Amino acid sequence: MNQPASQSIASADTMIAMAHVEKWYGDFQALSDINLTVRKGERIVLCGPSGSGKSTLIRCINHLETYQKGEIRVGGTRLGDDARTIDAVRREVGMVFQHFNLFPHMTVLQNCMLAPMRSLRLGKAEAEATARQLLGRVKILEQAEKYPAQLSGGQQQRVAIARALCMKPKVMLFDEPTSALDPEMVKEVLDTMIALAEEGMTMICVTHEMGFARQVADRVIFMANGAIVEEAPPEAFFHNPRHERTRKFLGEILHKH
Amino acid sequence: MNYKLDFTPVIDGLPDLLWGCLGTFLLALSGMALAIVIGIGGVILRDSRFAPARWLVKAFVELIRNTPFLVQIFFIYFALPLAGLRLDPTPTAIIALGINGGAYAIEIIRGGVQSIGKGQIEAGLALGLHKAQVFRLIVLKPALRAIFPSLTSQFVLLTLTTSVASAISAYELTSVAQRIESDSFRSFEVYGTITLFYLAISWVMMRFFALISARYFSYPVK
Repeated sequence: MNQPASQSIASADTMIAMAHVEKWYGDFQALSDINLTVRKGERIVLCGPSGSGKSTLIRCINHLETYQKGEIRVGGTRLGDDARTIDAVRREVGMVFQHFNLFPHMTVLQNCMLAPMRSLRLGKAEAEATARQLLGRVKILEQAEKYPAQLSGGQQQRVAIARALCMKPKVMLFDEPTSALDPEMVKEVLDTMIALAEEGMTMICVTHEMGFARQVADRVIFMANGAIVEEAPPEAFFHNPRHERTRKFLGEILHKH
Repeated sequence: MNYKLDFTPVIDGLPDLLWGCLGTFLLALSGMALAIVIGIGGVILRDSRFAPARWLVKAFVELIRNTPFLVQIFFIYFALPLAGLRLDPTPTAIIALGINGGAYAIEIIRGGVQSIGKGQIEAGLALGLHKAQVFRLIVLKPALRAIFPSLTSQFVLLTLTTSVASAISAYELTSVAQRIESDSFRSFEVYGTITLFYLAISWVMMRFFALISARYFSYPVK
């Protein structure tokens, strides 16, 4: 793509750089001119009305979605259409989904060991040690031998976080991780995410949990109609939104809670 | 009715009939193994990005499912030697059963694969697994679980279809029975007995599949 952009986004402590990313579904523009740079250790919260492109944006970062224009770099790797760079990026980027997507035919432990063994080619003992350590970190080690269907939603989501962490990712993407949970389970998942943020993990979270945004985000980004409308540190974002569209959105979701 | 039942030829032929049962199990189990391989392979090709492979599998399924098994087995037995491939009746029967069962298995297994949520596949890809790994490690087992009852009844049907292989004198229960019947003319006794044998064979097959299901597909789901 264009040289000035790729040079300007390639600084040493840059973790993710998106430059002029555009995506269409036919005539519908899902992402328009997305420019986003995330530094190492930075915590980003992405919010916006449904259909605004937030999930699409983070799904482009690990190539679950393709895009037609622009450039995405993760770490030092420029994401292309080839399996090599896609694999390289996916090994460094963990993702947590709204519906957990644990593998139902594997125990919690097996869920966590699968990718390290098959993708990173770790030995069984090493993969198991890592899995147990991370299951301990999300406080669910005692459920290691159970199957996903035997766990509550909140427990499943914490396992999903541990499963992603087992790949030792440099970045974690969260796609509405608490939206499918019963209200009483939201906190245990948010607490896990907060702990992760405090350990310095680079994170991009699509969420409407504005309390979480206030507490951990370095920047809050508001999207509408496939474009980034506004980005600011949480203080400024919540108290001093510059755009009318942002004010309206905040009014709607803060009212709801 | 002054037909006198006489089971002597059946009793004398019992060892042969039991060997015939074994032959039937051999045909059925080998045919199923081949059908599973064709079924899974067919599903992979059926949904591959390579269009000719998709068409080929579609045509294969249509061809097999819309022609009689008896004709298929005759075709393989009598037509292939013209192409220089000469096979004994029993291997021929196994191939015919595998091909026939495989065509049905493709459609059944494909239904199971399509029932697996996109989220499962995305979770696998996001963890850095390749497409083939995602299919083998994540999709296949839950897919087979979903359609296992249908696959079981298809394979019980395949087991019973082995009797058609008597038409090319493959070694199995019906051809053994035919031989005893033509030597003794005790048609009612012979076919009555093997009817019960087939019932028992079907029951054993169903137990066999129930055990596989309990062993591999018993993980809890919501």
